[in-house]
Amino acid sequence: MVFASRDRDLLRAKDLVDSRYFDPLEVADLARAAGFSRAHFSREFRRTFGESPHAYLLTRRMERAAALLRNTDRSVADICFDVGLQSVGSFTTSFTRTFGVSPTAYRAAFPKATDYARIPTCMLRAFGRPRNRTFREDTARALP
Amino acid sequence: MIQIGSAQLWVHDQDEALEFYTKKVGMEIRSDVTVAELGNFRWLTVGAPGQDDVAVTLMAIPGPPVMDEQTAKEVRVLMAKGFAGTIFLVTDDCRAAYEEMRGRGVEFTEAPEERPYGIDCGFRDPSGNSLRLTEPREITSA
Repeated sequence: MVFASRDRDLLRAKDLVDSRYFDPLEVADLARAAGFSRAHFSREFRRTFGESPHAYLLTRRMERAAALLRNTDRSVADICFDVGLQSVGSFTTSFTRTFGVSPTAYRAAFPKATDYARIPTCMLRAFGRPRNRTFREDTARALP
Repeated sequence: MIQIGSAQLWVHDQDEALEFYTKKVGMEIRSDVTVAELGNFRWLTVGAPGQDDVAVTLMAIPGPPVMDEQTAKEVRVLMAKGFAGTIFLVTDDCRAAYEEMRGRGVEFTEAPEERPYGIDCGFRDPSGNSLRLTEPREITSA
């Protein structure tokens, strides 16, 4: 039972990563959420989930960043901040290390986000309709 | 079988709404594309982490020719009065979510209260749209 309770506490930290990866979270915040000391937390997290909390946090951010690169046309800098990182240089390095290509090259390997965004046809029809500048009907009607 | 894919919400400012729904409510960006051929129409959707198949579309109030000025004005007025629509969210811990979101500056209209169906509270987004957050009570058969 003691182990189940410890695992539940660690899961709280893992859940925090999944739900708040876009905040400036650090391992110390995760340790606090689980109620562990920093050093003890990292060791126990790795023992329970098979990877360090830092690695879990970083890979969650990289996974989300990859999804944003595929599904949006937000800039690389915006995506870096969207996933809770503060330095575009560090983000690019981590991304390249994780996926083997830079964020820009990763995005270029997929169709443009606008090509497969699920924009409903009703929206395409509504927003694609050109604005009526003048077809002179009104003027023609006004003539005697 | 019919399922809900996404529902649309009018917003005054898409950037402001995006900031609110992601940073304060805790949703994530699902789609954010701007289509130049459609007059820079921006298709912006957000959803709850872990619920990948349901999204909320944050839609800017368009101008002519999509929507005439008078109608756009009426939509803005309805939003400002809080009658443009409501999103009903659920959580497994309403009081904790309330404290967390209040700490992030969310403007609550009602604090968590016990209801016959569970515990719920209410808040507004920056455009005035109403949102309810409910911790549903488990219904047990007698």
